[in-house]
Amino acid sequence: MTKSISTKFISKEAWNKYLDSLKFAFYCLTHPLDGFWDLTHEKRGTMAAANTILIATLVVRIMKLRYTSFIFITVYWEELNIFLYLASVLFPLALWVVGNWALTTLFDGKGRLNQVYMATCYALLPYPVIQLPIMLLSNVVTVDEREFYSVISALSLVYAGLLIIAAMGQIHEFSGGKNLLFTIASLFAMLVMVFLLMLFFSMITEGISYIVSLVREMLFRM
Amino acid sequence: MIRVLTGDCMNMKKKANQTFIRLAQGAAVISGAFIGGALLFAASPSVAHAAMHEHGYTYRYDYWEDVQDSPDVYSVTASYTSADLALETNMKNPQGLYTHGDFLYVCDTGNNRIIEFKRGDDKRLSVTRIIDSFTGGSGVTTFSGPTDIAISDEGNVFIADMGNTRILKLTPDLQYIMEYGKPDDAALDQGVIFQPYKIVVDTAERVYCVARGINKGLCKYEADGSFSGFVGALPATYNLWDYIWKRIASQEQLARMTSFVPTEYDNLYMDYEGFIYAVTGNVKEEDLDSGQVDAVRKLNLIGNDILVRNGDYENYGDLYWGDGGGHQGPSLFSDVTVFDNDVYVCLDRNRGRAFGYDDQGRLMFAFGGNGNEDGYFNWAIGIEHMGTDLYILDQQTATLTSFSLTEFGQLVFRAIDEFDNGDYAASGKTWEDVMKLNGNYDLAYIGIGRSLLRQKRYREAMDYFEIKYDAENYSKAFKQYRKEWVEGHIVWIIVILLALFLIPMSIGWVHKTRHDIETADIFIVDQDGPST
Repeated sequence: MTKSISTKFISKEAWNKYLDSLKFAFYCLTHPLDGFWDLTHEKRGTMAAANTILIATLVVRIMKLRYTSFIFITVYWEELNIFLYLASVLFPLALWVVGNWALTTLFDGKGRLNQVYMATCYALLPYPVIQLPIMLLSNVVTVDEREFYSVISALSLVYAGLLIIAAMGQIHEFSGGKNLLFTIASLFAMLVMVFLLMLFFSMITEGISYIVSLVREMLFRM
Repeated sequence: MIRVLTGDCMNMKKKANQTFIRLAQGAAVISGAFIGGALLFAASPSVAHAAMHEHGYTYRYDYWEDVQDSPDVYSVTASYTSADLALETNMKNPQGLYTHGDFLYVCDTGNNRIIEFKRGDDKRLSVTRIIDSFTGGSGVTTFSGPTDIAISDEGNVFIADMGNTRILKLTPDLQYIMEYGKPDDAALDQGVIFQPYKIVVDTAERVYCVARGINKGLCKYEADGSFSGFVGALPATYNLWDYIWKRIASQEQLARMTSFVPTEYDNLYMDYEGFIYAVTGNVKEEDLDSGQVDAVRKLNLIGNDILVRNGDYENYGDLYWGDGGGHQGPSLFSDVTVFDNDVYVCLDRNRGRAFGYDDQGRLMFAFGGNGNEDGYFNWAIGIEHMGTDLYILDQQTATLTSFSLTEFGQLVFRAIDEFDNGDYAASGKTWEDVMKLNGNYDLAYIGIGRSLLRQKRYREAMDYFEIKYDAENYSKAFKQYRKEWVEGHIVWIIVILLALFLIPMSIGWVHKTRHDIETADIFIVDQDGPST
């Protein structure tokens, strides 16, 4: 069945390549330095797999709200905006990718924009892989055992964070120290971008309101 | 008030870490989380919303700290002004309220007297005695600004005679027995004038006193009149920043700073078990938020706070408020009274409200307000109870108001009493009746859950707790349910576990054996023939 579908829409080679690159994400999980080097240099990663991991992350993040035990997460559904909630992943991700690329490309970083995106998405894998099982686990624990959940949950974030740092070092071919420096610099780049975005939006708002009031005034006088 | 969404990896206790939540809400999987949070917050002002709800006379806060209107738990049955009581001199600035049996005492501080009322069969109060002097003793035999009265089991009368800097102990017919003076303590500043403000007396006639200007705790006097120490001091409030600043400040700067002074209590109540409930209205919003000050405490004999705090939020009255009409800041408790079922009602003089909490520290009801109608107050100073009736004294209008339980309130109290008496099934039924009158009453759901829990109906109990986010009780029920489930399915669990181990093992064994056979020397036939 899978075969017939896959042959119909995409070639068998492409399908196998996709599956292989998806499996390779798990190799990156356990061998970050080696794995992320091969990801771009040996072309072991694909954009399709990166997107899959990102989508899995988003799906798990939303599922968590509903299926985690209320002992750990209680949700005020009335004011939950699912798009804003997704943006809490996507927006920092976009800022990170652009910010990191923009900086590193000026300082001998070998990674291209799509490679930064791909590697970052690959590095997100611990989130769905760890959060999904503990989401199910949360339903069979009591408050006395809540520490297990909290620690493992925090671990998934730390793991993903470390993987991102490792991935950036490998795809840009940076040394350890330089990599850390650019990680911090990228965070600052994100801040600067947020500042510029806010400036941009407020100026656009001002500009539009100016034109609107101008037109109103003219209509009023005519 | 910030509405709470969820963050990663922990259950949010709202009030305590609002700032964190705001960040966590925008928390991202990757390390740039805070930036996303900042912009999301900026882009969506609807996330934080600060609507002050208009609410009815009686309300409570739900798990989300939203105001939930409630049917009245208490309603006004009568209000007594000086005219209603046919007093010759109008009450002036009364500050103390006390009940003992069927008798109710109002300390008419401004007129240097204490008025004794008796509650008749029709529940009406009538003046029986006006206490303005006593006989015997060597000093003055009148009072000067009495602020509190207490009566021991033997019937002896204790009066906090604030203006005369003494606590008097009188016989039931007002003969002088002894008086208690300023505590004989070396740590006490000699210049401090002893101003006993509120007193309670235990069964052994030990006196506990809150004195103005003494912040070392309650002054405790033994039955023989000797001072035996301070108990239950509120801890001094300061944070790390204050402390560091004090270390580096110069002498002149230090002199201008306020010192780390523990706050004073404002009122006391001795419950039926001999524990002292103490409230303080000397609170600031930031201290309440950081948990440095408890608005209400329950002190045991050695002065430790043993109040149960299992509520979804702290028990300091209103959780949020608007500043207006001359009233600002948090609820300021001026008095507390404790029923025999451990329900205690705190009185907020700031907004004239009474807050009732159950034995677990969960808000049962809040009612009242500022105003001149019946059931509203200008400066609520004292609260007492007789049976389940409440009496609230307003200092400014010199009015005494009596409240009785409504049908709804009676059901709530009955459900609590039935539970305390071990009649769990009946308690569950009564809570269901409560729920019929108020489907938004969280305590009814939890009450039904607790009654089911005691009846060992764990699965049903879990549902009730889950609806109202009671994680503690849910876990209790779930633990038992999980145990029962495991015990009931133990055979299957063992079978599955064994299967999980044995099937791969046997497959591996089969493979290995087959491999061994295929590669065994005796079956390998090479050109040289079987090896030997």
